[in-house]
Amino acid sequence: MRNQLLFLRNGKVVTGLAILGFFTLLAVLGPWLSPYDPNQVSDALLSPPSATHWLGTDHTGRDILSQIIVGARGVLVVGLVAGVSATVVGVLVGVTAGFVGGVGDESLSALSNMFLVIPQLPLIILIAAQLPSAGGLTVALVIGATGWAWGARVLRAQTLSLRKRDFVEAARANGERTWRLVLAEVLPNLTAVIASGFVGTVTFAVLSQVTLSFIGITPVSEWNWGTILFWAQNNLALQRGAWWWFVPAGACIALLGMALTLVNFGIDEIVNPRLRSTGLHARSLRRRGIRPRVGFTPVVREVRS
Amino acid sequence: MSFLLRRIAFYVLTAWAAITINFFIPRLLPGDPVTALLGRMQGRIDSNAEHALRVLFGLDQDATLWQQYLDYWGLLLRGDLGLSFTHFPTPVSEIVNQSLPWTVGLVGVATVIAFVVGSLIGTFLGWRRGTWADGLLPVATFFQAVPYFWLGLITIAVLSVNLGWFPSSGSYDRGLVPAFTGEFIGSVVYYGFLPALTVVLSSVAGWVLGMRNMMVTVSSEDYVTVAHAKGLAERQVMLGYAARNAVLPQVSSFALSLGFVVGGTLIMEMVFSYQGIGYTLYQAVSTHDYPLMQGCFLVITLSVLVANMVADLAYALLDPRTRTEDR
Repeated sequence: MRNQLLFLRNGKVVTGLAILGFFTLLAVLGPWLSPYDPNQVSDALLSPPSATHWLGTDHTGRDILSQIIVGARGVLVVGLVAGVSATVVGVLVGVTAGFVGGVGDESLSALSNMFLVIPQLPLIILIAAQLPSAGGLTVALVIGATGWAWGARVLRAQTLSLRKRDFVEAARANGERTWRLVLAEVLPNLTAVIASGFVGTVTFAVLSQVTLSFIGITPVSEWNWGTILFWAQNNLALQRGAWWWFVPAGACIALLGMALTLVNFGIDEIVNPRLRSTGLHARSLRRRGIRPRVGFTPVVREVRS
Repeated sequence: MSFLLRRIAFYVLTAWAAITINFFIPRLLPGDPVTALLGRMQGRIDSNAEHALRVLFGLDQDATLWQQYLDYWGLLLRGDLGLSFTHFPTPVSEIVNQSLPWTVGLVGVATVIAFVVGSLIGTFLGWRRGTWADGLLPVATFFQAVPYFWLGLITIAVLSVNLGWFPSSGSYDRGLVPAFTGEFIGSVVYYGFLPALTVVLSSVAGWVLGMRNMMVTVSSEDYVTVAHAKGLAERQVMLGYAARNAVLPQVSSFALSLGFVVGGTLIMEMVFSYQGIGYTLYQAVSTHDYPLMQGCFLVITLSVLVANMVADLAYALLDPRTRTEDR
């Protein structure tokens, strides 16, 4: 409980979660919130932002704000599905490798290292381009199937160090079964690592999906922020100076990615106390006149209830 | 020595896996686009090339899967990647050969610049932690979260369309004949500046954050305290003691991040119509040129593997622990 409060006291995490909450709201309520139908053609061709169209219109007079609001769902769903599937595979491979050791560990590690070294984006493009219809969910699963390796690698290292700890040995001596050792003793101690891997994968999935839409591999009728940029690029928005067409969509992607990174920073600071003592307390240290100097990690007693 | 052997064995295994993935993807996925295209090409394609395409895409139904696999390796070892559909009848290997040097040049220069600059900034930020320098962290986070191609669009809009300083597409002045002259090289640098700048901008943040966190961790080690106690100059402790050790994980993560940077650069080439292998892949995807797609993936992956191997060797040279470790 205390750890969760600590988590929420971190300014970075709160900012990140607030932005995430905003986009989640857009994703859920998008179709009701958007002022226009994103596919509705109008007479206002390529008009700059105005009172009627807050973010202007594209080359056929479609409202760009509506496209962004409706597109949020596509982006978040793909991020979530890809993140969950990659995390599940990563946990299965990583924890198994770390726990069983021996030949099983060697081969599973080699497998995840291979997936790490093979460049993912070209692989995803190759698979998605040969599928007959690469809709949002298909792309999410392809990203999940190729993007699990990083999480698996980190989890394996962490499991290795947990496996020989006293509490696990004690549980083993008590005659607990292996699956219970893994589920009840090891996994709870991996929560932070799993969470940070999940957040990282979601970031990667969002970027990959938007990139795939931008180069036109996913169907262009499915709205997401990459699709907007696809239309902008293919209708010379840059050359026509239509900044309202490509700036907002990109800014949304960047904002979402930043929010996820901020949450991950928070998790990192919980896992690594050295980062925490500089990050969380930098301001309060300065107020008390303690300047963190190289060579000394200031230990400040945290308020405990 | 055993470290090197283990790494080489790993890369050989990975190369084999990549080639095998490339073999299985068109066979496992539903749909049969190549048959349709072959039908359209009927009569214009000579029987030898048609056979090669059938082998590459698993269309020779008479052969067993094992036989197909052996045939596929046979083709690859002769350097035959089939014929491109769009640039018919140019062999895929020829197209890839022309575009690969451009990508290697762009990625190589941009990655080295980003690594050096990013590590230096990270050293500084980690050393001055808890001061105003921490204010630069959100900026770095932002650049890390921006998709490569969008940053490319923005730089084109600002520096090329609005200010007219740089060309927005292409890789050299089309009026020039490619040759080793000062004029041509100058043109290549001029056209490559904007793509390289965007790759540097979007990949530098990762190096900054990684180096900063390592500096924070390393600077509370005993040897740094000792260096301070000896009364060495601040600068010398920072660069000669702390940074020297903090940079090691950076070098080892260099290998892993390379695939990501290469992926981003491929997209950048699509935005800038830069004639590297990413742009070729883009054209192959948009024209459904499957042999060219497969060829591009294979060459990209193998190049990344070679680069990784070089990074590993560099790491072994830098960190003596990898050499003495007898595991």
